[in-house]
Amino acid sequence: MSSELLIKNGRVIDPANGIDKKCDVLIVDEKIAEVGKVDKPVQTVIDAAGKLVVPGLIDIHVHFREPGDEEEETIASGSAAALAAGFTSVVCMPNTNPVIENETDVEYIHRKGRQTRKTHVYTMGAITKGLQGVELAEMGFMAEAGAVGFTDDGRGVQDAAVMLRALKYAAMFDVVVAQHCQAENFTGNGVMNSGYYSTILGLPGIDPLAEEMILWRDIQLIKKAEVRYHVQHISTAGSVELIRAAKKDSLPITCEVAPHHLLLTEQCCAEYDTNYKVNPPLRTEKDVEALKQAIAEGLIDALATDHAPHLQSEKELEFLTAPFGIASLECALGLYVKALIEPGILDWPGLIRLMAEKPAKIIGVDKGTLGRGKQADVTIIDPNAEYEIDVNTFRSKSRNCPYHGWKVKGKVETTIVGGEIRFESKSR
Amino acid sequence: MALKRKSKEIKWHRKHLLGLRELSAEEITYILDTAEGFEQISTRAVKKAPPLRGKVVVNLFFEDSTRTRNSFSLAANRLSADIIEFTKKTSSVSKGESLLDTARNLEALGIDIVVVRHNAGGAPKFLSRNINACVVNAGDGFCEHPTQGLLDTYTIRKIKGTLEGLKIAIVGDIAHSRVARSDMWAMTKLGAEIIFVGPPTLMPPQVRQLPVKVSYSLDEVIEKVDVINMLRIQFERLGGNPFPSIREYSHYFGLTVERMKRAKPDILVMHPGPINRGLEIESEVADGRNSVILEQVTNGLAVRMAVLFLVNQAAAQQK
Amino acid sequence: MKVILDSGQIEQVLNELRDRILSETPVEQDIAVIGIRSRGEVLAQRLSGQLSQKLGKDVPCGTLDITLYRDDLNSPHVTTQPLVRTTEIGFDVDDKIIILVDDVLYTGRSARAAMDALIDLGRPKAIRLAVLVERAGREFPIQADYAGYKADTSPGTLVQVNLVESDGKDEVVIE
Repeated sequence: MSSELLIKNGRVIDPANGIDKKCDVLIVDEKIAEVGKVDKPVQTVIDAAGKLVVPGLIDIHVHFREPGDEEEETIASGSAAALAAGFTSVVCMPNTNPVIENETDVEYIHRKGRQTRKTHVYTMGAITKGLQGVELAEMGFMAEAGAVGFTDDGRGVQDAAVMLRALKYAAMFDVVVAQHCQAENFTGNGVMNSGYYSTILGLPGIDPLAEEMILWRDIQLIKKAEVRYHVQHISTAGSVELIRAAKKDSLPITCEVAPHHLLLTEQCCAEYDTNYKVNPPLRTEKDVEALKQAIAEGLIDALATDHAPHLQSEKELEFLTAPFGIASLECALGLYVKALIEPGILDWPGLIRLMAEKPAKIIGVDKGTLGRGKQADVTIIDPNAEYEIDVNTFRSKSRNCPYHGWKVKGKVETTIVGGEIRFESKSR
Repeated sequence: MALKRKSKEIKWHRKHLLGLRELSAEEITYILDTAEGFEQISTRAVKKAPPLRGKVVVNLFFEDSTRTRNSFSLAANRLSADIIEFTKKTSSVSKGESLLDTARNLEALGIDIVVVRHNAGGAPKFLSRNINACVVNAGDGFCEHPTQGLLDTYTIRKIKGTLEGLKIAIVGDIAHSRVARSDMWAMTKLGAEIIFVGPPTLMPPQVRQLPVKVSYSLDEVIEKVDVINMLRIQFERLGGNPFPSIREYSHYFGLTVERMKRAKPDILVMHPGPINRGLEIESEVADGRNSVILEQVTNGLAVRMAVLFLVNQAAAQQK
Repeated sequence: MKVILDSGQIEQVLNELRDRILSETPVEQDIAVIGIRSRGEVLAQRLSGQLSQKLGKDVPCGTLDITLYRDDLNSPHVTTQPLVRTTEIGFDVDDKIIILVDDVLYTGRSARAAMDALIDLGRPKAIRLAVLVERAGREFPIQADYAGYKADTSPGTLVQVNLVESDGKDEVVIE
């Protein structure tokens, strides 16, 4: 006997199919069966009147710390957090301990994800062994095991020759190569944006050029390789200009922006609160404006949290010493609404495109849409529900979130993964 | 007149001294005035007074320092405090006991004032948020060194009478200098004009946004200034190779006898110490008649006594 | 507010103090006058001037700031913010008779602090306490050697000494 689930009367937004209308979504046996007017009686009906019904959200940049730092986060806790935030798929970064650099490592992540039964859990593999930037990791085997891309995230690949080799080699497997653009010899021991605030706070800075020079270099390199290249968490106005030019040249380049680079500036570091210590660092108002403008123009392909959980004891250190990272997965949607919808930079279909449709394309998975026959990953959102972000309610194990106490709009009501209701907000 | 204090009668309420950027001109003047009252303790028969009797001061030093630590120790001793010395070298990657753990452990011993020096900018502020004791910054990274800024200002005021309208050059590695920053905040607030002098490679980012003038030529500046503060070239902080050789640096930025000939006759020559003779300053200049380098050390003691006294008073009144 | 001493009366009291000091101090003995900040400082200057004149030799005068010796520094109930000022004593106190001068003797706490402060400066032959006004309310076993006007005041009142040099006008009032 087949299982059926009907979501009635919601505003259904499916940018991939150009749909934005009030209608019903019928799910039969884990797949989308119908989007339109459905009148047949079914087992389970969700009334979504006044709500948005959208393809399950996809975060292509999270750090779930497993294996190695399970005290900070696990695949179970991280994907529980993701699910509550409306995500149905996440992509873990490989900078764990040990590094995800072979097929066994990739399979481990997948197994943990399946066992947890929350979101789909994907992973990227390392570009180079041990993220050392020297020898290529076994990209082929990892791709066969299901790695959706490669990155040395946390670091960038420093050596241009190594990067070119990686780009060329990866072209065999139709996977994306993603880069954390940062020139380490230029960054030094920097801990925040290099500028007025780093000067008066007496902290070593990270110049925007550290990001831009690697991005510029990689743009030249991808001209010599036939591979999809993705820039992770761009943070500067200069990077936006480089992306603009590269896209104009029709290079196979995509990029993502993290919520903190849309909402916070270097000024936030003025009290040495380590919850604002993040890499790439918070930049200036001008950079924030450039990123928002880029989103308005359609230059940005994905919104990704770079969810980087850390223990309170790790963040309760001097700004110089504390680890980089902001945990924002659980409040991501509200943050994007505040940064992009409320100021009118994006409408809801525009936001869903950057949170579902295009991220799916970047990692090459057949998701991010409510097309008939697709796997039924669906998120139901109350766009007007306002709530206060409270880190103490997080399902994530970590609390290093500078948005604690912020009031945001846009609350996830229900998250459906593979046709199964896996999250329902208590307020329903 | 009985009242010689230059400050208005303000209410001192700070139980921490974290930096001079956050202080008002009135507060800075208030500390300097208070320090005047402490000068005589060091010159009399019994070099001790009782205001911190029964209080415990910890010198929590995570960086090498002899002068500042001795100065604070002696200041605390002269105010009759008990003093604990805690010296530990850290690196940013060491996984041992954290700064906070260390401070909380010390606090469990019943300390009243923590004098902290740390290689991380903001470490004293971080401590002040997390412990109950008073926190006095004895130098944090290249953020601030408030007592040095105060003693430099005190020394100038004592000799010149006022900071108002003075031109003051600070020469050397501005980028990595907490002294330059603290001097800048204190002296500009009291009406002086600051000129940062050094090679562009030793200027901090966005230096033009600071309330100072910038010059890359000591020769241009030397004739104009009333005070020149020669920073120590700190080899341990210099990343990379900001100038080609010591010889070349000294050639452009050393305070030589030759350069001094073009300076104002009453120019004050200062240096936070310890000096690299022949590098940033020639011996004859360091020991010459315009030098107030040793007065700075003496005044530092009075300033630090005043600071310890004031933060303790603020804490007592907030109980 | 009630004026208990006007300018003429203050002068008269000071003259009496001077004469008593002179009569009780051997001529060959070195003496010096030290005033407690801030009103005591002014009185000490006047007194030392008069003593110098009468003795025909210089009677040095100094100013003592007793803030660091106050016994209420670490008390949360301290009423006024302790204000540290300079101590200016440009002579050796050793073996001198020190006339310690204050405006009002009340609880005796200031005199106690002043004696401790003085002893940290050296070893005087003797310390004698001279005050313009003495009132009841001693909390320490301290008495003035030379007390001027004895004010009959109840505990809640304030005896305020105003002097030309610091306040523009000589008078002692009770508030």
